[in-house]
Amino acid sequence: MIQQIIFILISGAAFFFAFRQFAKIRQTINLGKDHTPTGDASERWKNVALVAFGQKKMFKRWIPAVLHGFIYVAFLFTQIELIEILIDGIFGVHRFFATKIGFLYPVIINTIEILSFLALVGTVIFLIRRNLIKLPRLHKSEMKGWPTKDANIILILEILLVSAIFTMNGTDVVLQSIDPAHFPDTGPLAISSWLGPALFGGLSESTLLFLERAGWWVHILTVFAFLNYLPVSKHLHILLAFPNVYFAKSKSRGEMDNMPEIMNEVKSMMGLIPESEVDMEAELPEFGANDVMELDWVNVLNAFTCTECGRCTDVCPANTTGKKLSPRKVMMDIRDRATEIQANIDLGKIDCKKDADKPLTKENYSDGKSLFDYITKEEIHACTTCNACVEACPVMINPLEPILAMRRYEILSESAGPSDWVPMFTSIENSGSVWQLPDSREDWIQE
Amino acid sequence: MAQHAAEGTKPEVLFWVGCAGSFDARAQKVTKAFVKILNAADIDFAILGNEESCTGDPARRAGNEFVFQMTAIQNIETLNGYDIKNIVTACPHCFNTLKNEYPALGGNYNVIHHTQYLNQLFTDGKLSVQGGAFKGRKVTYHDSCYLGRANGIYEVPRELLKQLDIELVEMKRCKTNGLCCGAGGAQMFKEDEPGDKRINTERVEEALGTGADVVAANCPFCITMLSDGIKAEEKQDEVAIYDISELIIQSM
Repeated sequence: MIQQIIFILISGAAFFFAFRQFAKIRQTINLGKDHTPTGDASERWKNVALVAFGQKKMFKRWIPAVLHGFIYVAFLFTQIELIEILIDGIFGVHRFFATKIGFLYPVIINTIEILSFLALVGTVIFLIRRNLIKLPRLHKSEMKGWPTKDANIILILEILLVSAIFTMNGTDVVLQSIDPAHFPDTGPLAISSWLGPALFGGLSESTLLFLERAGWWVHILTVFAFLNYLPVSKHLHILLAFPNVYFAKSKSRGEMDNMPEIMNEVKSMMGLIPESEVDMEAELPEFGANDVMELDWVNVLNAFTCTECGRCTDVCPANTTGKKLSPRKVMMDIRDRATEIQANIDLGKIDCKKDADKPLTKENYSDGKSLFDYITKEEIHACTTCNACVEACPVMINPLEPILAMRRYEILSESAGPSDWVPMFTSIENSGSVWQLPDSREDWIQE
Repeated sequence: MAQHAAEGTKPEVLFWVGCAGSFDARAQKVTKAFVKILNAADIDFAILGNEESCTGDPARRAGNEFVFQMTAIQNIETLNGYDIKNIVTACPHCFNTLKNEYPALGGNYNVIHHTQYLNQLFTDGKLSVQGGAFKGRKVTYHDSCYLGRANGIYEVPRELLKQLDIELVEMKRCKTNGLCCGAGGAQMFKEDEPGDKRINTERVEEALGTGADVVAANCPFCITMLSDGIKAEEKQDEVAIYDISELIIQSM
């Protein structure tokens, strides 16, 4: 009974705090500009099925895809066991489903056992790839410090989870022969039926009972810890990958979003639309993005979905040739900047108000900093807009959009940018060609 | 085009030459090759000549939406004025902008890249090659970003190359994984940011690694970048870079 009360309290608290943190993430993502998803909903659901659920894009690199697949599928199946654990914990029963779903139970438990073992193999290999083989893409400069620690914490928590499952199942198998009344037969288990007796055979019943409970508690407490760790970790991708893929823009990759304000301004300048249709009095907005609030919220969702795998940076032609630009860093910076702004708003920092008389909201926010304090101009100038990063991302994050939005800010709102570009701009404006040339466009015909 | 308009006739297709195709000495050769093929296939085409302006691609990608809109709207006025329906271009940047970005501004055309157009001419039997100059030679194909990843066209240019009986050797980074030549996103018009290497050098090393003596491309800017890279490696006497249309005209 006491165990049940403690369980209910702990799980209640775990879900409560996790929910609060997820609500905060949602609020932070909404720092971004409104954006209505365009395109076909059926296309989006297809992406959710194939890319998010089916991990289609992971298989461009099949070794990590298979290893990641083990962990992912194990995670999906373990949800069934988690439901059982919740029921058992709340009602003080043992393996609730064992007597309820007949032959399906051993099938499910065996599936989870095999997958958990494979997930363990995957996790260990991932730790080796990260810490011993030191895969280059996992050791770029933006990965120093917390990101590397974060990744290792996640992998170690996964090992803890799997160890707890096998302690729980292994001792259960031994206890089934000692006390069949309380430990219903699960049938032979793929791993625990030999691992259990090998590890725990010959231990006293009280030790076995203690270990069984320990395995059970460690497992569920690690799950709760994970749930509350997700919001501060790159591991958030296990949840956000799904909405992120759904909301990914479905336009052609080669298309940059149009800027209707500028289009109408130019059209009225050229006398193509009557001036009355353009509000000339309206204050021209700032163009492009110098902060999270000027990015689409989808861009911010992208940033929180990023699990820092670095496939984007690994294929970036600028990064590969030693330039500072790293698409992964761009996404991490957007996330960190958004988190900073949201934290200041939550703290109600008065010195972050644009207008001291108005409440501190995202519209009234100014802390003297911008996204350019995180992402340098050198980085955004190095982009060739080749779309390799967009293609590489397994969860359809688009690092190119924020880069181009920042370029727009620099050129349009600051009138700055690489001086090399100025002749190209003037030339297009004056002569309609990218080069300042006196020749006619038809000269090639003469030869 | 003005001539067609004066005569009250309409060409089958408008050939959008682009800035590189009009002014760049190397790209002009591609323009001429493509025009010769069009003539050989007896295609009734037109060009805008001096009425054509830059599509605005580099300005837009650099972030200069004003310059982009000015040149784009002007082009759309011209194109709509002539009631143009079909456009073919030998530049994937022009192709992408005309096809994907002009509709939002009021310019809706059926735009195809010249590799698609040439492939169609082969399919329709309007074009054929005689076991040409490149038969059996090792050729590697460089996917431009704006034809490839931006528009998903990977196989059409390869099908076209197959017509030439060449031996196609792929680079490790090809198709969706193709490596950029370094020119896109208005990089063509500025110095590189500080780094260890130029992107075109990286790409040329990969191309040379295939053992091919011809690099086939589909973009005037890729050709410039890769030619520079080949020269930097002092391999210009051993390895040539051609647009696919140039390979075809030499095989006809």
